[in-house]
Amino acid sequence: MASRDDIKFLSNPNIGGAAKKYCRFKKFGIRHIDYKDPDFLLQFVNEQGKLLPRRITGNSLKYQKKVAVAVKRARHLAMMPYVTDLLK
Amino acid sequence: MRNYEVTFIVDPVLSGDEIKKTAKAYNDMLVNEGCSITHVEDLGLRQLAYPINKKSSGIYYCIEFESETGAFLSQVELAFRRDERIMRFLSVKLDKYGVKYNKDKRDGKIGKSRKTVEREKEKEKEELKRTSVPRSSASKAETPAVAKETPAPAIAATPAPTETVAVKAEAPAATPAPVAVTETVTVKATGDTVDLTKIEGIGPKAAEALVAAGIVSYTHLKLKSADEIKGILDKADGNFGMMDPTTWSKQAEYAANGEWDALKKWQDELDGGKVVASEEE
Repeated sequence: MASRDDIKFLSNPNIGGAAKKYCRFKKFGIRHIDYKDPDFLLQFVNEQGKLLPRRITGNSLKYQKKVAVAVKRARHLAMMPYVTDLLK
Repeated sequence: MRNYEVTFIVDPVLSGDEIKKTAKAYNDMLVNEGCSITHVEDLGLRQLAYPINKKSSGIYYCIEFESETGAFLSQVELAFRRDERIMRFLSVKLDKYGVKYNKDKRDGKIGKSRKTVEREKEKEKEELKRTSVPRSSASKAETPAVAKETPAPAIAATPAPTETVAVKAEAPAATPAPVAVTETVTVKATGDTVDLTKIEGIGPKAAEALVAAGIVSYTHLKLKSADEIKGILDKADGNFGMMDPTTWSKQAEYAANGEWDALKKWQDELDGGKVVASEEE
């Protein structure tokens, strides 16, 4: 069997792979998500102010739940919109 | 002990005093219920993300406090609901991370406040550098030539005021070669010379020859090209034929600016004041 090193690729197989997603809360050790910081929470909603799924943000389940709670609290306090357009 | 946080929006239509009174009233109410207030944060007037009661802005307050039990909550929340001055409120129980987060935020360790704190620190550092650089370089051996020049002509050359002006004008700027001669005179008058042997490649003999030719400070040497220095050396008596002054003016530039560390580092790379051939390639 020819090993991978013996195969000649037409293009570099190491180029073009998508960067692995990670949970920023785990990576940077963020334990608390502040609902009074709408600028930070803006990263987790789309242009309509809807929560982005985990498959986009890469959050772990634990922190995705906390993000969701924080966004909902921010909405209640009118720091973030419930519905909108062109948020970003 | 349990930690809580109550955030509420006060009607911005009220006067400044009334708004403060409202916040104070709830503060007092919590104290009466047996809570100990940790911190009261005034978030100020903010734009609402959507209108509430046909108002587009509100004044945010956040009270963080501790309590033994949660019994106070129903009382306080009822008061919030009944109060017409309060547009919205939210009471939250904080876990240990929340408490730590709030504490760090107050100390300026996280969030925007941290960035501003860092920026302020950087500014302070820059200011310190600005003030300390001229002082430190003045204490070094070379700059007295420049530093003393300004007062020196005032004393030495008082009969000829035109000359003083010329010297003063060119001292901070880059010294053109012909004017440098007048500067030399004043410097010599004060008996102020600089140790040119600090430049790698210049020995005591060569330094003497250069001083004789009017090059008495690093600033002078900096402005001379290699060929000019070579010419001076050829004219001077002594066997300077072997000398290679290509790097001298560059070295002098470091010295004139007081960048002794940079000069030292560069001299370590040099071989007898010459650029090592292999490194140039």
